[in-house]
Amino acid sequence: MIRKLVAAALGTALGVSALAAGTAQAADPQFIPSLVYRTGPYAPNGIPLANGFADYFAMLNARDGGIGGVPLLVEECDTAYNNDRGVECYERLKNKGPTGAAVFNPYSTGITYALIERATADKIPIVSMGYGRADASDGRVFPYVFTLPATYWAQADAMVTYIAGEEGGFDELAGKTIALVYHDSAYGKEPIATLEALAERHDFTFETFPVAHPGLEQRSTWLTIGRRLRPDWVLMWGWGVMNSTAIKEAAAVGYPMDRFIGVWWSGAEQDVQPAGADAVGYKSGTFHGAGADFPVHRDIFTYVYDRGQGATERELVGEVLYNRAMINAVLVSEAIRTAQAVYGERPLTGEEVRWGLENLNLTQEKIDDLGLAGLLSPIGLSCADHEGGGQLRIQQWDGEKWSFVSDWIEPNRDGFLRTMYEGSAAQYAAEKGIAPRDCAN
Amino acid sequence: MSAFFIDPFVDIFSYPAFFLEVLIGGLLAGVMYSLVALGFVLIFKASGVFNFAQGAMVLFAALTLVGLIDLGAPVWLAIVATIAVMVTLAMSIEKVVLRPLVNQPAIILFMATIGISYFLDGFGQTIWGSEIKTLEVGIPKSPLMVGEVLISRFDLFAGLTAGVLVAVLAIFFQKTRVGRALRAVADDHQAAMSVGIPLRTIWVIVWSVAGIVALVAGIMWGSKLGVQFSIVLVALKALPVLILGGFTSIPGAIVGGLIIGSGEKVAEVFWGPALGGAIEDWFGYMLAMLFLLFRPQGLFGEKIIERV
Amino acid sequence: MFYREAGQFKTSYAADQAIFPILQDRIFVAFLLLVAFVVVPVVANEYWLSTILLPFLVFSLAAVGLNLLTGYCGQLSLGTGGFMACGAFAAYKLSTGFPELNIVVVMLASGVITALVGVLFGLPSLRIKGFYLAVATLAAQFFLLWLFNKFAWFTNYSPSGVISAPPRAVFGDFFVTGPQATPAGKYLFALTLVALLALAAKNMVRCRVGRSWMAIRDMDIAAEIIGIRPLTAKLSAFAVSSFYIGVAGAMWAFVYTGSVEALAFQIDRSFQILFMIIIGGLGSILGSFLGAAFITLLPIFLSNAPNIFGLSISVDTVSHFEFMIFGALIVFFLIVEPHGLARLWQIAKEKLRLWPFPY
Repeated sequence: MIRKLVAAALGTALGVSALAAGTAQAADPQFIPSLVYRTGPYAPNGIPLANGFADYFAMLNARDGGIGGVPLLVEECDTAYNNDRGVECYERLKNKGPTGAAVFNPYSTGITYALIERATADKIPIVSMGYGRADASDGRVFPYVFTLPATYWAQADAMVTYIAGEEGGFDELAGKTIALVYHDSAYGKEPIATLEALAERHDFTFETFPVAHPGLEQRSTWLTIGRRLRPDWVLMWGWGVMNSTAIKEAAAVGYPMDRFIGVWWSGAEQDVQPAGADAVGYKSGTFHGAGADFPVHRDIFTYVYDRGQGATERELVGEVLYNRAMINAVLVSEAIRTAQAVYGERPLTGEEVRWGLENLNLTQEKIDDLGLAGLLSPIGLSCADHEGGGQLRIQQWDGEKWSFVSDWIEPNRDGFLRTMYEGSAAQYAAEKGIAPRDCAN
Repeated sequence: MSAFFIDPFVDIFSYPAFFLEVLIGGLLAGVMYSLVALGFVLIFKASGVFNFAQGAMVLFAALTLVGLIDLGAPVWLAIVATIAVMVTLAMSIEKVVLRPLVNQPAIILFMATIGISYFLDGFGQTIWGSEIKTLEVGIPKSPLMVGEVLISRFDLFAGLTAGVLVAVLAIFFQKTRVGRALRAVADDHQAAMSVGIPLRTIWVIVWSVAGIVALVAGIMWGSKLGVQFSIVLVALKALPVLILGGFTSIPGAIVGGLIIGSGEKVAEVFWGPALGGAIEDWFGYMLAMLFLLFRPQGLFGEKIIERV
Repeated sequence: MFYREAGQFKTSYAADQAIFPILQDRIFVAFLLLVAFVVVPVVANEYWLSTILLPFLVFSLAAVGLNLLTGYCGQLSLGTGGFMACGAFAAYKLSTGFPELNIVVVMLASGVITALVGVLFGLPSLRIKGFYLAVATLAAQFFLLWLFNKFAWFTNYSPSGVISAPPRAVFGDFFVTGPQATPAGKYLFALTLVALLALAAKNMVRCRVGRSWMAIRDMDIAAEIIGIRPLTAKLSAFAVSSFYIGVAGAMWAFVYTGSVEALAFQIDRSFQILFMIIIGGLGSILGSFLGAAFITLLPIFLSNAPNIFGLSISVDTVSHFEFMIFGALIVFFLIVEPHGLARLWQIAKEKLRLWPFPY
């Protein structure tokens, strides 16, 4: 009856030979796994992300021979945005290279959740840049999870700050109505608590509109919003096909685009282009710039694309999601550089890279040096603060490209968001039986 | 309780224009589901196969069309070429999958179509890529105001297309020689074969017609959402339409679509808030299931007669 | 040559009716169990234990559950994902609400809760049949997921709707969930549970209940005439099947991934498990295991294949090919052997009996 292990025994043999093949690499590189989704329902968004991540490391290898003379070995694994595939990729890649995986970037809130416990046990840091658990910003409870440069909660707060600015001050928010259209999942629910708290603080009405996955049908939501409720502002936490559908439906009921703000995952070319002219004027939050006119892109063109080694086509470099993953690669490589200053210029273990992340301090000067001036705000992390105090901006789509319509906005972390992070993290720690580490020394 | 039993009705009566908007929007959205459901019905009717690959065929047709247009083909040529591709696909499915599986139980054939669906998903994306593509075939999109009531021109166009499609199919089934043969096969495979109807040819024709219906659905959904992998998921919206209307009825697919579409929109807008929203996903299925309890063969399905 | 039952005489009904009537089978199974319980935890590395064997065990259990319903009782169900979610969330509520409950009790109790839900959604089966029923079970799938996603009570008001398994031990320090649990410990726990439940399932289908299911499957009206109540037979099949699937769901959330959200149990999961029983063999407990092995191992093998053979192909091409090969293999298997891998295994045994002198 239970003959299942024949398969298992066969498989073990295969696994061993696979490992043997994996270790036969060139002289001691730093191994960086790259979880991507070039396939599946979210592939249109996953492809530019994967390309930006790959190109920056390719550029570092070509220009500087890696980081501190240590070449970088990047291997992709396709998760198709699927949690169990993500776990499989993680387990497959975590021990590769001479020192194992340096850091994981899951690019999916679901996979991040699934990996938190595993990665903590394996001592490999997870960088969930702009997704994942917001409360993981509390580094005392989540020593191996990083949320730099900002969380969804910070994004929600910054959006309300922006709206207040447009309306003429926080006092003007009283009596206004703000609606949230969200993907009905762990990801989409993240900002609700923050927005509810803000609604209470500033006395505006807050309405929520869940959209069932995958979000192909939103007619009823938008009829209610556009024809009945007519809120002053609409925020959106959407993903994939849901975004462009929402924009089209919003246009179909005549909701003004310039009062419709998406989260940073609802603000890429892939989200607005399918909606065509309908999308002109649509806004989104972001923590970095778009376009390929920054010095870092020149290096990517020179060292990667001019040699015919680019991951994508030249014209697609500088898309929003491309830049986001490229910045993710910058943050990872700067963390490795920071850690190398202490541990020496050799391949580092996950634990050492974590030290690098916790001591990462990207000052404006350093950002300029890296060729990222104007692309990113300064970030500085610590043992307790895994978010790093990144600032956010609002961008607007003009039919051709995204451009900023606000200055850098500082989310209200002290006294508001930090308290919420710590409260939520404490609850997690209690449920999981984790003793928060002491960050005082 | 009043949020559930009283407030929605109060809402409906206080905003009649809005209710009408929701109702019309729902009816037209339902027609979009019907377009996909039609493909299921055609194949089930003629071969008793529950073709799960219909969603994948919609995606494949849309990908092929948009791919050809991107290569520089004029729209009409691309459509003709895509129809040719869909016919070729039907022929290969008949030869490779259906013929060897003749006389197998329905669930095996159902599984085989799931296999086809996986294959097509991979195949389409290998050839045309997974990036999102915009499909522009000149369907009007601006909203139309009739008095107080807002109606989407795009949806009207979709409704019109579905109407024409059903009319053409009805003529095809009722008036042509091939159509009569199809109906004969649908009634009884063996009897049809014994009067000299070539079963294999008929299957190729049915799958080709389903492929063309998939192309129409692909054009409509593709211009609505952009051509991307998520289009395969519209098949899930078509299933409740299918069971409500009955697996074997073409008018059933349309009426089922209208009922499911309007039902779920009205429920979501007026009852959704009381339940926390996003009830559309299961509402169609629940509605269809309740319907089935009274008519187990669906609204227009053939009566199931069982003998020992 | 060595697989002969000549000389093995059955002297009692009990011996004749045994699950493994042939001595060689018993030796083989005993050997397998020894390998599974002793050798594998020692030999297998973490990757194998936690990403291949654990999901394989969980899927096997779910496949056994679905096979009881679909393979033995003939009721096609596409609500497996929803029932797994039900088990997962029941286990979460039980273990956080009553921390002193032993994890084994939690698992079984969540199975019982799922069984009740299963009976509720099985009620339409008394009137609806075939593909109509399959689509009606989708109502369960979508409704249950919506329910767990929507009402924060199920997730203890976690802001994101994700549940994570609290650390729990079977006894003393033997943790099977949470960060202290070792992959080998989790594996052994899952293996024990799956082996016992599979044994129970095997016996259930050989006794009166199982026979009444099969009678319903083969021809429900005829079964009714010979005195089998469709009501009890169908609903008991839904209950038992949901129990297994619920336990599998609880194991998925607690032992395998450690944290899940409702979306992890989407419709794809239901299809995945349906594939397993069809590829493995409808109406076969062994087939559920073979199918689960096939469906879990194949994608992992396919995505690792380029590495193993030293080819460098971009990951998206690999993934697309994976889809195509997976689809093509399903069709291929259905054409070659519509009764699934279990049937192939039977044929192999018949051949082995005569080997090496088949004449």
